[in-house]
Amino acid sequence: MSRLPDARRCQEWAEEMLSYARAAGAQAAEVLVRDASELEVKVRLGEPELIKEAGSRALGLRVLRDHRVAVTYTSDFAPASMRPFARESVELCELAEPDPLADLPELHEMAREVLDLYLWDETAPSLDAARALHLARQGEQAALQLDHRVTNSEGAVMGRVMGATAFASSAGFSGGYRGTSLSLVVAPVCDDADGKKRNGHYWTASRFISGLLDPEAVGLEAARRTLAKLGSRKVATCQVPAVFAPEAARTLLGQLAAVVSGGAVWRKSSYLAAREGTVVASPLVTVVDHPLLPRAPGSRPFDGEGLAARPNVVVSQGVLRTFLCDVYSARKLGRRSTGSAGRGLGGGPQVSTSNFVLLAGKTEAAELERVSQGLYVTDLMGFGFNPVTGDWSQGANGFWIDNGSRVHPVSEITISINFDDLWKSIDGVGDDLDTRSSVQSPTLRVSRITVAGR
Amino acid sequence: MSRAFGSATNPLAGIDAVVAEQLLGEALASGGEYADLYFEFRCGADFVLEEAQVRSVGRVLVVGLGVRVLRGDATGYAYTEELSSARMREAARTAGQIAAAGRSVAPVALTPLSGSDAYPVPESSLARPGSDKLALLRRADAAARALDARIVRVEASLSEEWREVLVFTSDGRQAQDKQPMLRLGVHAVAEEGGRRQGGRSGTALRRGLELFTLPGHAPEQHGREAARIALAMLHAQEAPAGPMEVVLGPGESGILLHEAVGHGLEADFNRKRTSNYTDQIGKSVASQLCTVVDDATIGHARGSINVDDEGNPGQRNLLIENGILRGYLQDRISARHFHSEATGNGRRESFRCQPLPRMTNTMLLGGQDDPEDIIRSVKTGVYAKHFSGGQVNISNGDFVFSLTESYLIEDGKLTAPLRGVNLIGNGPEVLRQVTMVGHDFKLSEGTWTCGKDGQSVPVGVGTPTVKIARITVGGTRTP
Repeated sequence: MSRLPDARRCQEWAEEMLSYARAAGAQAAEVLVRDASELEVKVRLGEPELIKEAGSRALGLRVLRDHRVAVTYTSDFAPASMRPFARESVELCELAEPDPLADLPELHEMAREVLDLYLWDETAPSLDAARALHLARQGEQAALQLDHRVTNSEGAVMGRVMGATAFASSAGFSGGYRGTSLSLVVAPVCDDADGKKRNGHYWTASRFISGLLDPEAVGLEAARRTLAKLGSRKVATCQVPAVFAPEAARTLLGQLAAVVSGGAVWRKSSYLAAREGTVVASPLVTVVDHPLLPRAPGSRPFDGEGLAARPNVVVSQGVLRTFLCDVYSARKLGRRSTGSAGRGLGGGPQVSTSNFVLLAGKTEAAELERVSQGLYVTDLMGFGFNPVTGDWSQGANGFWIDNGSRVHPVSEITISINFDDLWKSIDGVGDDLDTRSSVQSPTLRVSRITVAGR
Repeated sequence: MSRAFGSATNPLAGIDAVVAEQLLGEALASGGEYADLYFEFRCGADFVLEEAQVRSVGRVLVVGLGVRVLRGDATGYAYTEELSSARMREAARTAGQIAAAGRSVAPVALTPLSGSDAYPVPESSLARPGSDKLALLRRADAAARALDARIVRVEASLSEEWREVLVFTSDGRQAQDKQPMLRLGVHAVAEEGGRRQGGRSGTALRRGLELFTLPGHAPEQHGREAARIALAMLHAQEAPAGPMEVVLGPGESGILLHEAVGHGLEADFNRKRTSNYTDQIGKSVASQLCTVVDDATIGHARGSINVDDEGNPGQRNLLIENGILRGYLQDRISARHFHSEATGNGRRESFRCQPLPRMTNTMLLGGQDDPEDIIRSVKTGVYAKHFSGGQVNISNGDFVFSLTESYLIEDGKLTAPLRGVNLIGNGPEVLRQVTMVGHDFKLSEGTWTCGKDGQSVPVGVGTPTVKIARITVGGTRTP
C-alpha cells in the first residue's frame, strides 16, 4: 500500500477547497493539505512484532469573515462533503468576535517560489516491510550479542514516512513539496544487581536511507549505553557543575524555543518577554532557526502562512536578537512576521521552529568533563519548567564525574536552577553538534546546578 | 448523532455486520489467526476566549477504519480514512501481510455486545448552539478577573468531542460505543511588582452541557481557582532540595499512582519482562495500606469506557490489594499470553493506532486516617496540592512529577507556598514508604491525558490524602 504522496494532487485539493470557502462567503481563507504514507515495523527478540502500513490524508481550513476566524479540520475528502464542509466552516465565523489583527499576511510578504531543499529520497519508496524488518533485526541482534548482560529487549523499530504538504492561501500563494524521513531505534534491556531493569536506546534518523547509520552501529551503541547504566544510584544533595550531553541539551534548547516564541511573549507567558536586545545567555551561545538547510529534518521552503522561510538568528553570543513570530504575534508586538509560522492540521498557525540550532563551539566535548566533581546528564525527565518565571527542575539520569572521569551512573535525582541562570552560566560549548533531529545542540556545560538526591 | 459537521451523512451509516464479515474474511485470507476492525468517527469543537474576546472557534471531523491482524504475538496493521469498499479491502489485505503463510481461519459470525452505559448524556453538547458555550467561557473569565486586580490575563477554553466506535472481531464480537467528552480549562496570570505567576484549573468529564449546572461545576469556580493559584504562587519561595516527608493531597495526587505503579502494571511490559513488576503477582509490592484499582465503570469519569477498543466491556480491576499485587491491565495479546481473562484495557488513540494495555481511572482507595492528623504528623516536609504531570521509566520504576501548587509543612502546619517543585522517586520504593492513608478519597476531575508509544488517551486519577515517609524533593534550596 505504498501509495506515493502527490504534492501536485494535494495542491489541487487545497485550491479546490479554497475556492469553495471563497464561494461560501469567506473574505480570506487558507488551506493546508497533508498526504502521508507511513511504514513502521518492529522486531523484538528476533521476531516481527508489528508491521504497520497506511496512507493518510487530511485537510485543515482557516477562514475569515469580518476579522472573525474559524479553524476546521477534516479527513473526509468525499466530493459530496467538501462543499458543506467549507460552508459550515464559514458559518462558524459568526461565533467568533472580530479581531482587527486577525488577517492573512499581505501579498508582498508571501513566498514567490518553492525552493527545492532536497527533502525527498528517491530510493525511500523501494524500502518494503521485509527489508525494514531485516534492518531492524540486524540492529537488535547487534545489541543482544554485544554482552551477556544484555538480557532482554524492548525491540528495534524502523520507520519511514513519505509525505506531501500543500498550502493555498487567498493572500496570494499556492505551493507544495514532498519529504521523506527514516529512522531506526534499538532499545535493549539489562538486569541490574538489585532486581531493577536498566533500559537504554540509540537511534539514527535521516531524510535519506543513505544518511542512516548502519543498523549494527546503532545496536552496538544502544547496548553500550544501556550497559553503562548498570549499578546506577543516587548521589547526595549538592551543587556542582553539570555537563549536558547533546540529547539532554536538546531538551533545554526546545524549552528555550518556547520562551522566544512571539505567542508566549504577547501572552505574558515568557520570562523573556521584556528582554529583547539584552543578555539572556552566556557569550558562548548562538542560536539560529534555520528552515533552509538542505536535507535537514526541520527544513521547510515556506512557513505555515505561506511566507518564504528564512534563517533567523535568535541569540547571538548571548544576546537575544529577536523573538520568532507568525503574522498574528508579530502584529500583536507591532512588527513583521519572521516567517516562523507552523501549522498543524487541527489548529491555526502558531509559531514553530524549523531547524533550531545551537551552533557548535570549538571545545572538544570530552574536555568539558574535566571538572573535579560534577554531573554528566544524559537525559531529562518530567515537566518541571515554568516558562512564566523560568523556574526549572527536572528529573535527570547520567553519570557522576570525579576528577574528570565518569565514575558511576546516576539516576533518581532532580536538578534545579532558574532557566535564566542556566543559560547565563554556560561555560563550555562542545564541538559535537547532533544533527539527527530538528532541535540540534552540541554538549553544554553549566557551571553550577542544584542536585537533589540522597 | 445523525449527521456530522461538514459531512453529508453519519460517516459510519453504511457499516454493518455484512460489510464487517467480508472485510474480516479478507484480512484473514493470508493466514492470520485473528483480525479486528475498528471504525471511528470523531466530531469535535473548540472555543478559546482570550483577553476577554472569542479568539477562535474550531471544528474537527475525523473518520476512519483501522484493521489489525494477529499471528502469534505479531501484529499487522493498516488504516484508511476513506471508507470506500476498495480502500477498506486494501487496508484489510495490507494488515494481513503479517501472516505470510499458513492456514487461514474463517471469521466467526458476529454477536452484538450489550451492556450498561456509564456516561449517558441527555444531549451531546455539540448539538447545542455555540453561543451557549461562549457564555460559559465568559462566566469563567469574569470570575477570574473579578477575584483580584492583580489578575492580568485570563484564557478560558472549552472543547467538546463526540466519538463513535464500532468494533468487529473475527472471534465473533461486535461492540459499539458513543463516547462524549467535555472539557473546560482556565489559565490565569497574576502580576505584582514585576513578579508573575500562572495558575490553572479545569475539568473534563463524559457529559453534556448539563455538567455546568451540577453542584461544584460552575465555570466561575474554575475561573476563581485558577486565579487563586496564580495569586498564591506570587509569593512562593524556593523549595528545599533533598529527601523528606511528603503529604499528597486528595485527588490529583493520583498522578503519582498512575506513574509510579500504573504503567508498570500494563501487561505488555510484563509479558515482555521489561517491567519491574514482572513475576510479582501474589507478592508484596507496596505498603499494606495500599489498595489500588483501575475502574472503567465510574459514571461520567474522564477515563471511563463502556467497551474498550478491542470490543471488551470496561470493568473494575483490582491491581493491588493491601499491598499484594493481584493483577495486570490486559489487552488481547497479553491476556492470551498470561491465559487470563480480558480486563477491558485494550485502548487506542484513534483508528490509526493498534491497541495497547492502558489505564482507565486508576485510584488508591481510602484508608482510616484523618487528613488533618496526617498533616499534623509531619515536622518538616512538603504538602503537594496541584500537579502538572509526570513521567516514568517503566523498566526500573523511576518517576518524576511536577507540582504547580505546594506548601511547606512546618511543625504540622502548612506554611509558605513553594515554587518549581519536582518529586522524584522509584515506584515500588515509594509505595512501601506510604505510612498513612486518609479517609477522604477523591477522584480528580481534571484533564488527565496519558501518553504511551506516541498514543494519547484520556484517563482519570484519584487518591485520598497520603503520607509518604521519604521521597526526594527537587527544589533549589540546599540544606
